[in-house]
Amino acid sequence: MSILEVKNLTKQFGGLTATSDISMGVEKNSITAVIGPNGAGKTTFFNMITAVYRPTSGDILLNGKSLVGLKPHQVSKFGITRTFQNIRLFNEQTVLDNVLVGMHQRLKGHWVGTLLHFPNVKREEENAKIEAYKILEYVGLEEYVNENAGNLAYGAQRRLEIARAIAAKPKVLLLDEPAAGMNPKETQKLTDLIHDMRTRLDVTIILIEHDMKLVMKISDFIYVLDHGELIASGVPEEIRNNKRVIEAYLGKGAVLNG
Amino acid sequence: MREQISKFSQSPKAQAIFFAAYVIVTALGLYLMQTSVIAFLLLLFSILILYYLKLKTRTKWLIGLFIIAVVVPLVASQGPSFQSYMEVGTLVGIYAAMSLGLNVVVGFAGLLDLGFIAFFAVGAYTYAIFASTQASHFMPFGHYPLPGDTFWLFILIGAIIASIFGILLGIPVLRVRGDYLAIVTLGFGEIIRIVLNNMDHPINITNGALGISSITPPNFLGIPIGNSSQFYFIVLGIFLVVIYIVTRLEHSKLGRAWKAVRDNEIAAQASGIPLVKTKLAAFAIGASFSGMMGAVFAAKQMYVDATSFTYLESTMILVMVILGGMGSVPGVILGAAVVTILNTQVLTDLSNWLTQLSTNGVISIPDALSPAKMQRLIFGILLVVFALYRTQGLIPHKNRKINVEKLKKEASEAPGGALLSKERAETGGTD
Repeated sequence: MSILEVKNLTKQFGGLTATSDISMGVEKNSITAVIGPNGAGKTTFFNMITAVYRPTSGDILLNGKSLVGLKPHQVSKFGITRTFQNIRLFNEQTVLDNVLVGMHQRLKGHWVGTLLHFPNVKREEENAKIEAYKILEYVGLEEYVNENAGNLAYGAQRRLEIARAIAAKPKVLLLDEPAAGMNPKETQKLTDLIHDMRTRLDVTIILIEHDMKLVMKISDFIYVLDHGELIASGVPEEIRNNKRVIEAYLGKGAVLNG
Repeated sequence: MREQISKFSQSPKAQAIFFAAYVIVTALGLYLMQTSVIAFLLLLFSILILYYLKLKTRTKWLIGLFIIAVVVPLVASQGPSFQSYMEVGTLVGIYAAMSLGLNVVVGFAGLLDLGFIAFFAVGAYTYAIFASTQASHFMPFGHYPLPGDTFWLFILIGAIIASIFGILLGIPVLRVRGDYLAIVTLGFGEIIRIVLNNMDHPINITNGALGISSITPPNFLGIPIGNSSQFYFIVLGIFLVVIYIVTRLEHSKLGRAWKAVRDNEIAAQASGIPLVKTKLAAFAIGASFSGMMGAVFAAKQMYVDATSFTYLESTMILVMVILGGMGSVPGVILGAAVVTILNTQVLTDLSNWLTQLSTNGVISIPDALSPAKMQRLIFGILLVVFALYRTQGLIPHKNRKINVEKLKKEASEAPGGALLSKERAETGGTD
């Protein structure tokens, strides 16, 4: 059964159609890739799912419930979190605080309780810190707990974004070009991390990625966008051999190397 | 030798002895030279030294409180300048509390507010109207002025009404960002001032440009409060409450949300932070501090009119926040103290001194450069110097460091974990 379903999704910016009539379904607990050349509308597609943009027409359903018209923070509450193509961390805050912000919606404590020293708020904060530390251990950033997020190396910042996104315990995790700018070794680690998250965190992962080796290796299913339209979908093997996709995007090299 | 000195200066005991000696010497100095502003300032300076000592936070608080609440008033009380010292102390407290309020809005939530004085005005007018005969012009019931006992209640009412105005300002303002936000808040500040200045018709609510006079002084257990030395303690009390609220909130869920919104709005929203609620909370809480101090200000002056709440005042509070260090609580307090003392004591005294010298014929200052006119210039130059050489403020903001070892231990002892199993993912590590 599809956990996330997208129906006839269209977004127009003035006269420009960024995505037109996209429909797709994402299986629960799968790793799904959305690929396509630059300007194909992939990030716009992510932005619509996370309510940064409101679609011009069409519907987005999470477990059968429509997300259209919600505010971004409500979508996060519904169980969809994301990372960003151009890293968006809270640079002036510590690494630990970044993860704690990711937990924001799960923490129940009210500010009145904070002021009056309610024991339950205090306990919640302490437990949250412990959990945040565990998440940082999981993504391998535990030695930078007190570091400002902005001071981290590039690859570490990408991992911190993932840590922040999974801190919300999402049902669906959207990764926007997680491997961009990484060297092969880092990419390998990231691949393993994505695999591990799927089983360990029981999360459905959708990713946008340009690194074809990575995409072909970890995706269960691939959707291909070009000029805002869905031009192909299928398992990696099918996409690799799809003529339209090769024309639009992959180039002949992928066929030969594959 | 040098090693020994550095070792000595690092030892808490040595620091405590040095500090105690400093306080005793400066306190004695002020005691013997009651009119010496320098002695007074040196004694106040001990608080800054205290901040940098290596003592437990709680001990520092207790010592600091003792100096502020007992030593300073006691030592200064012997001479003719007592009330003027206490007046300076009171003003520092009022401005420091307001700066902490603005710091929540600008420093934590990153919303540049150029009309912050409006909330101070709202608090001041709230008490002024009901504690004078003004309210009888439009209130259909009740006897006005209200007795001075109600002042204590009005501190709270001032806070609540100011925070309502904060929310009212916040609602339209949330649609704009950055530079536009600054302009809208600037407009809001001016609107409030002009409205207060003109609300004498058709119904006379604020008495217009004439202002409201003969405001009832507060009353504490039957004793009327009229002196700066008495207001000093009221302001100190409110100030402590404000510090408590600010420091508690800064490291809470709400404080993190503010800073997240400041650093990256889109990411904050994607992490589940409701933008509108979070920003409104910052406006409301920041405004409430101003509202409280506004009520105190009205009671202290016994007279309010709209000229006390000009744009210049808003800028001055912003200067305190930026000069002290945006987002840094101790920095902002220091900023407020420095700016207030510069304006009310140091620069005035300096220009008085220079004027005296020139009238006595010791030095000759041309009329165009008369020291009284130069006061603002010197203040401006000082600001430029600070801005160039202390770009992060006098005490820059530092993120609180968590005890990693303790956290690590707790994490390894914690049961299985709600989110993740205990064993480390074999893949995630760094090299």
